[in-house]
Amino acid sequence: MAVFKDVVKPVLAGFGITRRRLRHEKVTIMYPEEVREQYPRTRWRHVLTRYDSGLERCIGCSLCAGACPARCIFVEAAENTDEARYSPGERYAARYEINMLRCIFCGYCQEACPTGAIVLRGDFELATYTRDEAIFTKEMLLQPMPRES
Amino acid sequence: MPKRIETVVLHDSATPVLGDIQKGGNVIVTSLDTLLNQARANSLWPLTFGLACCAIEMMSSVASRFDLARFGSEAFRATPRQADVMIIAGRLSKKMAPVLRQIYDQMPEPKWVISMGACASTGGVYNNYAIVQGTDQIVPVDVFVPGCPPSPDALIYGIMKLQSKIKRGNNPKTFKELRIVELTPRELEHVN
Repeated sequence: MAVFKDVVKPVLAGFGITRRRLRHEKVTIMYPEEVREQYPRTRWRHVLTRYDSGLERCIGCSLCAGACPARCIFVEAAENTDEARYSPGERYAARYEINMLRCIFCGYCQEACPTGAIVLRGDFELATYTRDEAIFTKEMLLQPMPRES
Repeated sequence: MPKRIETVVLHDSATPVLGDIQKGGNVIVTSLDTLLNQARANSLWPLTFGLACCAIEMMSSVASRFDLARFGSEAFRATPRQADVMIIAGRLSKKMAPVLRQIYDQMPEPKWVISMGACASTGGVYNNYAIVQGTDQIVPVDVFVPGCPPSPDALIYGIMKLQSKIKRGNNPKTFKELRIVELTPRELEHVN
């Protein structure tokens, strides 16, 4: 009877805890299949937005680059002409590069932007194999053109 | 001078690594390699290398909400001898760099490195005299995970990328991936 008291009973008691836990709500997020909802103020990958007309909001003022504590933004501005018009203002960003690896996603660029061109959205799948791949150019950051309707 | 073609091994970082040379011509065991790579990719045991705040996110990725065990990586090892992948989580100071290198050298082959977070990958905001500007200057890094710190799901995405890299294998596909090494007669004797 000592076997029952010392071995079987504690083991059953242990499985009892497991049985009770089975009724609890499951907390695991099955990540690749199911992506959790991001909080509204989550700051991840940058997006350069456009106006509804399709013109870029960015005017190439480099204020984001100045506000960046990690110095990961590079902006090269160029003049808009009547033939090639990218943004409503005088200038536009001819080159706009962000080093995603150096960026700390603080959102200061978003705060500094006078036209609300650069925003940080929820896409967090940014891992790369090399450091060069992590430099995001303007083409990668820019929002796609709004559909003609 | 006799020449031998070698495959370039897993690490594609710019840093050359000693002892990384593999003998070429693994034709016979290619199918076995695929199977081995599947096994390796699905049982990656990480080494705990938490250097700073990123380690908190690394720990929470193992906890029940994100549950890294679903990818076969639940066993975080405190000793490099039992680990497959080193997750460098946090800023690496120049004083810590030799330690990191030594621990990397103590890990058995095959081994991989994930550089987690802005500081480990590039130095981040700490562009100063004390911090190594990117751990790929010290060890060959396979996957860089941006973020400050990367959320657990961002780290899991990085681990998934590493898994797909391991599953793809290191078989050279193009001529560029091969390298030709000249051998001295003494080395040739050693090879044969």
